[in-house]
Amino acid sequence: MSRLRVLKRVGLLAAIVIALILPLIAPDPSTTNLAVFTVMYIGLATSWNIMGGYTGYISLGHAAFFGFGAYSLGLLSNHLNVAPGYAPFLLVPVAGVISGLVAVLIGWIALRTRAATFVIVTIAFMFMGQLLAENLVKLTGGGAGLGFPYPQQWGGDFYNTPFYYAMLALAFLALATSWTIRRSKFGLGLLAIRDDEDKALAVGVPTRRFKLAAFTISAIPVGMIGAVYGYYVTYVYPQFVFDPLIGISMVLMVFLGGLGTLAGPVLGALLLEPAQLQFAYRFGASRLYLVFYAAVFLLVMLFLPRGVVPSVQELLQRRRQELASP
Amino acid sequence: MSLLEVSHLSKRFGGVVAVDGCSLSVAEQSITGLIGPNGSGKTTVFNLVTGFIPPDSGEVRYKSQAIGGMGPDRIYARGIGRTFQLARIFPRLTTLENMLVPVRRAGLRALLSHGQWGHERDRAMQMLEFMEISHVARTLAGALSYGQRKLLELAAVMMARPDLVLLDEPAGGVNPALLEKIGGHIHELNRQGVTFLIVEHNMGFVMNLCHQVVVLHQGRAIASGDPKTVRQNPAVLDAYLGA
Ligand SMILES: Nc1ncnc2c1ncn2[C@@H]1O[C@H](COP(=O)(O)OP(=O)(O)OP(=O)(O)O)[C@@H](O)[C@H]1O
Ligand SMILES: [Mg+2]
Repeated sequence: MSRLRVLKRVGLLAAIVIALILPLIAPDPSTTNLAVFTVMYIGLATSWNIMGGYTGYISLGHAAFFGFGAYSLGLLSNHLNVAPGYAPFLLVPVAGVISGLVAVLIGWIALRTRAATFVIVTIAFMFMGQLLAENLVKLTGGGAGLGFPYPQQWGGDFYNTPFYYAMLALAFLALATSWTIRRSKFGLGLLAIRDDEDKALAVGVPTRRFKLAAFTISAIPVGMIGAVYGYYVTYVYPQFVFDPLIGISMVLMVFLGGLGTLAGPVLGALLLEPAQLQFAYRFGASRLYLVFYAAVFLLVMLFLPRGVVPSVQELLQRRRQELASP
Repeated sequence: MSLLEVSHLSKRFGGVVAVDGCSLSVAEQSITGLIGPNGSGKTTVFNLVTGFIPPDSGEVRYKSQAIGGMGPDRIYARGIGRTFQLARIFPRLTTLENMLVPVRRAGLRALLSHGQWGHERDRAMQMLEFMEISHVARTLAGALSYGQRKLLELAAVMMARPDLVLLDEPAGGVNPALLEKIGGHIHELNRQGVTFLIVEHNMGFVMNLCHQVVVLHQGRAIASGDPKTVRQNPAVLDAYLGA
């Protein structure tokens, strides 16, 4: 058992080192671009998991926070005349705070519902965000989109690198948050809510406050990641950041990797995002990759309903027991 | 001194009057039984006292303070714990994790720290040992037998040191050997100062354990007193014979 633990530690360390030096060993833009998006989804899926996995409230509208984050950063840097370069990154936490405030508002209403109703309400809020971005033309530019500062000075191979590290930092933040919560009494309360919300109330878990806190905590990194995304692509449109597909992607990754686990969302993003980018690249804008997504979703639900990580854990456990009792 | 004072409590569900002007009191340090035929409103009284459903009228006082209108979590924080008629545990948490869920004081430091668990964990293990289920501490609670779940539910409720515990049929669906154990645990916890209000159909269990018994019939308390006297009360006999 301790050998497995050593192996796990070494693997983790190796993964961190590789993540940190990736732009040095594979500097070509197509690879770093892939890395930016994959790490982005690691962060998104990990954050979503705090609400969806731990608390069991499936939000299909988390793209709302992605959109609010992106628009917040774009508008702030335009209005404050922030110079392109590293400066806009300094505003990313502000975008996170704004998304967090939006989450408090949305959560305050949406969390009056449970189960399927909650799912629908979150989708509705996501589309309301999209409508706001489209219709507040004076503020957001409406359907014509919103431009960000463009860091021309980062030419060539280097261009993607700052964005990669920004996404990586946010992914680490999300993972650290998720890990801390999982080990805390607060996290245990969230898992209790997932298992039996009324019983949790009966043993003193302040369920409303806990759910709202989890919802907000899971929205903040999503907002920050949306902000970095907007800056990365330099131009955003309402329907491409308040995008239901972004919301569904994070959910699918978590389900594939393992709902409510720490490693699951990471694994899900590592498996799905490169595949999705490949599909998008091969079949262009046809969004044919949606078929692929649907197929993956079906397969996961049918054969791995609990996701990869819990299934593998179970397998290992069984092997260990077999070895222990010959 | 009465720890819990219920006065003129009423609750109707559509056409059904589940609790109808019910008044009862639970003396401090006592084990009080709440008995009555099926559908007489016992579980509904529990739900009203613990804040799970709001009463139509009437008042609940605990330690002389009105607790009506408070949510279940706040009532638990005040020191009233409860179990459910069909044992409810968190199936995808381990037995030990189940023990650590209860929250009495939700300070931010306490909620986010991991270090403070050492002490709480020790207490949880002690309690599991007391209930004789410490050997399944690391088992998922969903894999426990029904009897073990009953013990776990009782053990977990005790974690936040409640002063009053409402047990809804602690002996329901439990074999005689375990029944005796549960009775022993309740007796011992009571000796340590915990007050109990117990709904139970098993009369032997009630007569053995309870100092006081309240009889509910069609949502009203029709008799109360020490077990032997209540048992011979004609109104009670009538209620049970379905008059
Ligand atoms: N949530 C509810 N909605 C509608 N009717 C209810 C509800 N809860 C209880 N009742 C009704 O109220 C009455 C009292 O039910 P309650 O569960 O309190 O009885 P009880 O004394 O606990 O019975 P038992 O011994 O069978 O557990 C019953 O007629 C029941 O059908
Ligand atoms: Mg009942």
